Amino acid sequence: MPGLEDLYREIILDHYRTPRNRGELETPPAHMAEGHNPLCGDEITIYAQVENGILTDIKVSGQGCSISQSSASMMSQAVKGKSLAEVQALVHRFKVMMSIAEDPEDGPLVEVKLGDLEALQGVVKFPVRIKCAVLSWNTLLQALQEADS
Amino acid sequence: MNTNSVDWAAVKADFPVLQRIIDDQRLVYLDSANTSQKPHAVIDAMAEFMRNGYSPISRSAYRLAAEATDLFEAARAKIQKFINAPHVEEIIFTKNATEALNLIAQTWGRENLHTGDIVVLTHMEHHANIVPWQMLAAERNLEIRWIPLTSDGQLDLTNLSSLLTGAKVLSFTAMSNVLGTLTPVAQLCQAAHAAGALAIVDACQYVPHNVTDVQAWGADFAWFSSHKMIGPSGVGVLWGRRELLHAMPPFLGGGNMIGDVRLDGFTCAELPSKFEAGTPAIVEVIGLGAAVDYLSKIGMANVRQHEMNLTDYALRTLDERYGTDICIHGPRDIAVRGAVLSFAFRGIHPHDLSQVLDQKNVCIRAGHHCAKPLMKLLGANATARASFYLYNDESDADALADALDSASDIFGL
Repeated sequence: MPGLEDLYREIILDHYRTPRNRGELETPPAHMAEGHNPLCGDEITIYAQVENGILTDIKVSGQGCSISQSSASMMSQAVKGKSLAEVQALVHRFKVMMSIAEDPEDGPLVEVKLGDLEALQGVVKFPVRIKCAVLSWNTLLQALQEADS
Repeated sequence: MNTNSVDWAAVKADFPVLQRIIDDQRLVYLDSANTSQKPHAVIDAMAEFMRNGYSPISRSAYRLAAEATDLFEAARAKIQKFINAPHVEEIIFTKNATEALNLIAQTWGRENLHTGDIVVLTHMEHHANIVPWQMLAAERNLEIRWIPLTSDGQLDLTNLSSLLTGAKVLSFTAMSNVLGTLTPVAQLCQAAHAAGALAIVDACQYVPHNVTDVQAWGADFAWFSSHKMIGPSGVGVLWGRRELLHAMPPFLGGGNMIGDVRLDGFTCAELPSKFEAGTPAIVEVIGLGAAVDYLSKIGMANVRQHEMNLTDYALRTLDERYGTDICIHGPRDIAVRGAVLSFAFRGIHPHDLSQVLDQKNVCIRAGHHCAKPLMKLLGANATARASFYLYNDESDADALADALDSASDIFGL
């Protein structure tokens, strides 16, 4: 059985205790999406500000477990200031790491680095928690779709 | 027989999964409000039937089929006796408890509820007793009213009579799956009838843990599941007063539920077949019959007493160990609560708690427990929930208390 140290890495707990980019943005101009994890009732709201194809600002609010909250916090750091193409690529990379991308080979061509997010790869050993880790990422995609339409 | 005469260690030993060792640790199963474990008696009855007795029921002349039909119908009679239903044909087997309430809403409800009619629910209902009514309310433009809760998680009946004024239905739980609260079922049934409303009882958490008497309740319908009462999954039970069931239109159409089928229409079978279209869960119903035998032999008054003792012990242990660091929802008086403990602990998210407890083989539920409106009232997205049953003992409560310590270690609290 995988140990809890694979799941609760120090950097994850740090983001859980001190989440980055917490708060809200005014909508509009920002776009907002709410995500729910029907399994555990976690709720997350992502605010995304997009200007000229760049995700210029992002805020996260809502409640959740250490995995969903730290994943959202790390994600917000990783995507802020990136082009939408880079954001899409990062989402794809992350989902590949979580073993849930439909086709790992069929990702966007933009090169991205996961950085701190690699700390979350231990989550794969706890399949029930993958949904927690991915919740904020899917919610970000929804907010960006909102921005697109 | 009083509870002292029950050998509870032997009861625990009857449940093979509880003997399982994972990572050199025994299994501490505290999720019986979700679903219960199965004793040898149930497993063996099902296996024996599949090995040596399996056949269709109700529709073949050979001896094997007659035996199977007898076993199946004997299970129905056992359930009748177990809940003190007046008539055996009032016991309807469904796919699960959720389907039982949907059956009521879609047959009795669609026949009797029309624009502006009022359905009264409570703030502590499971989604299974909310969503089917909301579906019907959207279709028929019904009004849904809610009985609120007191601060200690009991039903606030202060305005009951005004809430019930003009209502057609009062549908409520006999025991909350989150708070453990036991509700005053007979009083609520009486109040519903005084207002001219039907009384429908969600007995899912009640029947497995208490002496059930639907006649003493004065209820019109009650529904519960096999899998929470040491029976297999795949079977729910609907009990309803015979007059009501007779007057209701059928639910699912198909084989077994018909009296006659012609090119220009059909007639319904008599009860209970009228509501049991298609091949039922034959093996599972027979397993449920064995579960009822097992529980009846111990005695439900003994099960209730055992669980009250255990709840009292668990509440005291957690209080002594953790004081204000643990917040246990629901009433403190064990006379009005079952062995379900939903709690918040040191700000650690329930999902993280259950993950850490799993390392100690302590199985608890984390989440919204299919009661999101109640969660909102509690101001939480989720709670951790430990629930006890006849096979648990004080060492399981101790294991829970010990495991909570390790959660504090990881989260540095």
